[in-house]
Amino acid sequence: MTDSTVADTRRLNSKPQDLTDAYGPPSNFLEIDVFDPQIVGVGRTRYTTYEVRMRTNLPIFKLKDSCVRRRYSDFEWLKIELERDSKIVVPPLPGKALKRQLPFRGDEGLFDPSFIDERRSGLEQFINRIAGHPLAQNERCLHMFLQDEGIDRNYIPGKV
Amino acid sequence: MSFFSFGQSAEIDVVLNDAETRKKAEHKTEDGKKDKYFLFYDGETVSGKVNVTLKSPGKRLEHQGIKIEFVGQIELYYDRGNHHEFVSLVKDLARPGEITQSQTFDFEFTHVEKPYESYTGQNVKLRYFLRATVIRRLNDISKEMDIVVHTLSTYPELNSSIKMEVGIEDCLHIEFEYNKSKYHLKDVIVGKIYFLLVRIKIRHMEIDIIKRETTGTGPSVYHENDTIAKYEIMDGAPVRGESIPIRLFLAGYDLTPTMRDINKKFSVRYYLNLVLIDEEERRYFKQQEITLWRKGDVVRKSMSHQAAIASQRFEGSAASESALERAAREESG
Repeated sequence: MTDSTVADTRRLNSKPQDLTDAYGPPSNFLEIDVFDPQIVGVGRTRYTTYEVRMRTNLPIFKLKDSCVRRRYSDFEWLKIELERDSKIVVPPLPGKALKRQLPFRGDEGLFDPSFIDERRSGLEQFINRIAGHPLAQNERCLHMFLQDEGIDRNYIPGKV
Repeated sequence: MSFFSFGQSAEIDVVLNDAETRKKAEHKTEDGKKDKYFLFYDGETVSGKVNVTLKSPGKRLEHQGIKIEFVGQIELYYDRGNHHEFVSLVKDLARPGEITQSQTFDFEFTHVEKPYESYTGQNVKLRYFLRATVIRRLNDISKEMDIVVHTLSTYPELNSSIKMEVGIEDCLHIEFEYNKSKYHLKDVIVGKIYFLLVRIKIRHMEIDIIKRETTGTGPSVYHENDTIAKYEIMDGAPVRGESIPIRLFLAGYDLTPTMRDINKKFSVRYYLNLVLIDEEERRYFKQQEITLWRKGDVVRKSMSHQAAIASQRFEGSAASESALERAAREESG
C-alpha cells in the first residue's frame, strides 16, 4: 500500500542532453562594440563618427561580422524609427549636449575627450540593449544601421 | 465585537459546548494579524450556551426578545454597507419580557450548511459568525463570535499534468511540464523546463505563484494580483537540450484553496508564472492556472464521519464513497 502522506518529489523524466549541445558554442552570441571616435570635417561643421562593430552567430543577421561608421544623429534616427515601428520601449540615448555646442567654453565642447568617451560608452550600451531585443531584430532599420554601409533615410520601413 | 455603551446594564456572551475539544485554526484578519478561531466544517452542528449576565443583580432588564443567529456573509470592501448573507439561521431564546437574574440559554444549529471557506482578502471578506442579541427598544445588546470554516476535498479523479511548448519564433523555444494541474495546499510542484532553442542571453529563471482575487461582476470587475512567492529555479545561461528540474513545496506559503465564483460575488485563483530574465532585464513569461484544494488531515475517530460528510459535498458520490471507505480504514488501521 503506497504511503500517500509522503509527497512524490521524484524528478520528471527528461531526455539526456546531447554532448554536442552541452559543449557546443552557444547560439546566443551577440556583441557590439562602439569605439575609435574620429573627428570628421573642419571648423563649425565638424562631427564625430564612431566605429560600430558587430559580431554574432544569430541567424537573423545576414553578416556574422560587420563594421560600419556611425555618428550620433544616426543613433537618433534609429531610436525614432524603432519607437514608431516596433512595440518596444526603446532605452534612452546619452544626452544631446546642446550646451556643449555653444561658444566660449573652457574645454573643447563637443570634442572634449572625456565627453566623447562618455558618449561612446552610452551609445555602446544603447545599441547592445536594442540589438538583443527579439522584436527589434525584426525591424529593417536595425539591420540597415548595423550592417549596411550607409543609412538610406528614404528607405521603406518594414520587417525583416 | 460587542456593543458597550455607558450604562449598559447587562453583558452577553457565547460559549461553545465543545470549546475544550474543538480545534482552532489561524486566520488572517483584515489588518494582517493572525488570530485563532474555532474551526468548523460543512455539515457540522454548532451548539453552545448564551450567557446573559446582569451588571447589577436585582435590577430588572426589560427586553423585546433574546435570540442567537448563525450568519455566513460576504462583505465587499468597496460596498461595506451591503452584506450579502448566504447563510442566515435564527433561534429565539426568549420571548419579549424581562430578566431579573443572570441566565444561560442553550442553543443548537443542527448540521449547518457552510458551503464556502472563510476568506479574508484584499477587497472582499467571507466570514461566519454567531451573533447573540438582547433586543431592546432603544439599543440592542449584542455579541459576535467569529468562527473559521474550511472546505475539504479529496484527491481529484482526473489530475492531468500540464505540458506545453512555448516560445518566440527563432529566439527561444521551451517545453515546460508540471506534474499535476490540481495541487493540495501541502503538495509539491514537480516539473521541468526543457530548452529547445536558446538565442537570447538568459541570466536566470524563476517561478512565481500569483494569486488573483476577482471582485464584482459585469463592467465593474476588479482583479487584484498578488505575487505570493518567487522561487528561483535556474541561475545562469542554459543551452539547447538542457533540462531544469522544478521542485516547489507549497506548504511554506500562505495559500487558500481555489475559489470560483463564490455566491457570484468573488473568485480567488492561483497561477504559476514561469519567468525568464535575460541580460538586459527583459522578462519572458508564461502563466498557467493551477487549482488548489484543501486536503483533510488524518482525522480522529470522532471526527472522521463528519469529515467524510464534508468531503461528500465536493467531489460527487464516487469520491465520497472512497472517502468514507478511507475514513473507515483509518479508524480500524
